[in-house]
Amino acid sequence: MSLSLFLVQLVNGVEYGLLLFLVASGLTLVFGVLGVLNFAHGSFYMLGAYLAWWLSARTGSLLLGVLIGVPAMVLIGLVVERLAIARLYSRDHLSQVLLTYGLVLLFNELQSVLWGNDVHGVNTPAALSWTMRLGETQTWPAWRAFTSFACICIAIAMRQVVLKTRFGMRVRAGASNAEMVEALGIDVRRLFSTLFAAGTALAGLAGMLAAPLTTVYPGMGENVLILSFVVVVIGGIGSIKGAFFGALLVGLADTFGKVLLPGFASAMVYAVMAAILLWRPRGLLGAAAEGR
Amino acid sequence: MRRQVLLLAAAVALAAVAFSGDRFWLQFLGKAMIGCILAIGLDLLVGFTGMVSLAHSAFFGLAAYALALLTNRLGLVSPLVTLPLCIAFAAAAALVIGWLSLRATGVYFIMVTLAFTQMLFFLFNDSPALGGSDGLYVQARPVNSRLAAYVVIWVALIAVYLLLSRVLRAPYGRVLEGIRGNEQRMRSLGYPTRRYKLVAFVIAGATAGVAGYLDATLYGFVNPAQLGWRQSGLILVTVLLGGKGTLYGPAFGALLLAFIEHYGEQVTEHWNALIAALVIAVVLFLPRGLAGLLHGNPRG
Repeated sequence: MSLSLFLVQLVNGVEYGLLLFLVASGLTLVFGVLGVLNFAHGSFYMLGAYLAWWLSARTGSLLLGVLIGVPAMVLIGLVVERLAIARLYSRDHLSQVLLTYGLVLLFNELQSVLWGNDVHGVNTPAALSWTMRLGETQTWPAWRAFTSFACICIAIAMRQVVLKTRFGMRVRAGASNAEMVEALGIDVRRLFSTLFAAGTALAGLAGMLAAPLTTVYPGMGENVLILSFVVVVIGGIGSIKGAFFGALLVGLADTFGKVLLPGFASAMVYAVMAAILLWRPRGLLGAAAEGR
Repeated sequence: MRRQVLLLAAAVALAAVAFSGDRFWLQFLGKAMIGCILAIGLDLLVGFTGMVSLAHSAFFGLAAYALALLTNRLGLVSPLVTLPLCIAFAAAAALVIGWLSLRATGVYFIMVTLAFTQMLFFLFNDSPALGGSDGLYVQARPVNSRLAAYVVIWVALIAVYLLLSRVLRAPYGRVLEGIRGNEQRMRSLGYPTRRYKLVAFVIAGATAGVAGYLDATLYGFVNPAQLGWRQSGLILVTVLLGGKGTLYGPAFGALLLAFIEHYGEQVTEHWNALIAALVIAVVLFLPRGLAGLLHGNPRG
């Protein structure tokens, strides 16, 4: 493998990993703090991508699409939490799997009714449609660089919020012991709905950033959902740091696997996950309570 | 009592269809009964032992692929040879995957089984020697006429149902229910609970293998999508919809879903929305599934 090819794979792997992190961070927090196994999280990614396509076609600008789309995703998150997820807090994981699986079917039908089943391309903004040279032979689109940069900014912002604010403190407390947080008199309902809406918006944003790279198509949320589960489990449930490193690991394994072991690339990610779980049954950085 | 009457009526009705000889109904109900076998097998794990496995479709698919490879590569056709071999293969895979997965518990167990399922899916999907994403044709089916296949499926469903209810009535089944209630307590009572769970996992894997073998026999075709997590998710939904921990509930759940799919498709292309609405309504209003309707208090 030449140096420039290696570099391209490296930056693409990191970029893919960072996008996965946006999806997985919401999943791991909803899982760790709310105790809800949310199969519909991939649908939010899909909805984000479709909103980016639809809104940018309407407004003529992807940037405007994102600016309208993210608040829309927050709203969707609040509504889904209030109408469906909130009824599951006291129920077992099985009911959660069943209900959120129902939501996945519902969102898929919604997408097919509203936007049809065609594949759509999304144009990158004119200012970011150039490519940069990487070594002798390879190029890297500016949109990928921008996506990576945006994801890194968001990751740093999340770190600040989680470590430095009162809200973040409650989130961390909730991830290690949700019942205790409730017993301390903190308004858990509000904490939960805020957190769920934030996770929804992050997954939606990841879909919007990915839309110009992957095109927009039915079922696009599913692959991301399963990979995000892999990330969450590798990192340890409820751990944002774990999700970050897990996402980079999965992103790199997937990207390099496609070049080095073309026939085995997709299976490899799952083999890595199985190996890590057999070595550390709670994930790399997981310390969540029994049965979670 | 109501339950036995209902079960007997359903078994007789399904048997009666064989005499109609209608090609569509034989195929349709044959497929639906294969769904019943899958659902009651998973119920042994989910409903009775409290293990939520997403690997059920993997054993289904492995047995189906085993049949295709045995007939295409080795020329083995007779069901007397291929059926035991395929079931043994599925059971052996369940032994290995179960032994590894049972090191994890709770949600992590669900995820490890999901990882193995997806790993196998991509192994078959990405390897041209195993048919790739197109799948494989079974070049000579063990049972040729559709009627004979239907009868075999009917017999298999009854046999699996009786076997599982026998297992659950035996002291072994009581231990499984004890594990579902409180695994710690069963362990302190001296039961090697992991071994008990592993045996249950292998039995369930073998029944999924029966279903996979029958499916490949009925359709003469196998593809990787049958192995993937979506399929496992659907079986899990069937179990919960019908009512976990009842055996007959998941069987009726599978029949109901087959009918909804068939008639829904004729009414609207968005029939999945019907299933979504049904699933959501059952979670919110019938926590014990449709089987809860047969009992006095469906909510409780």
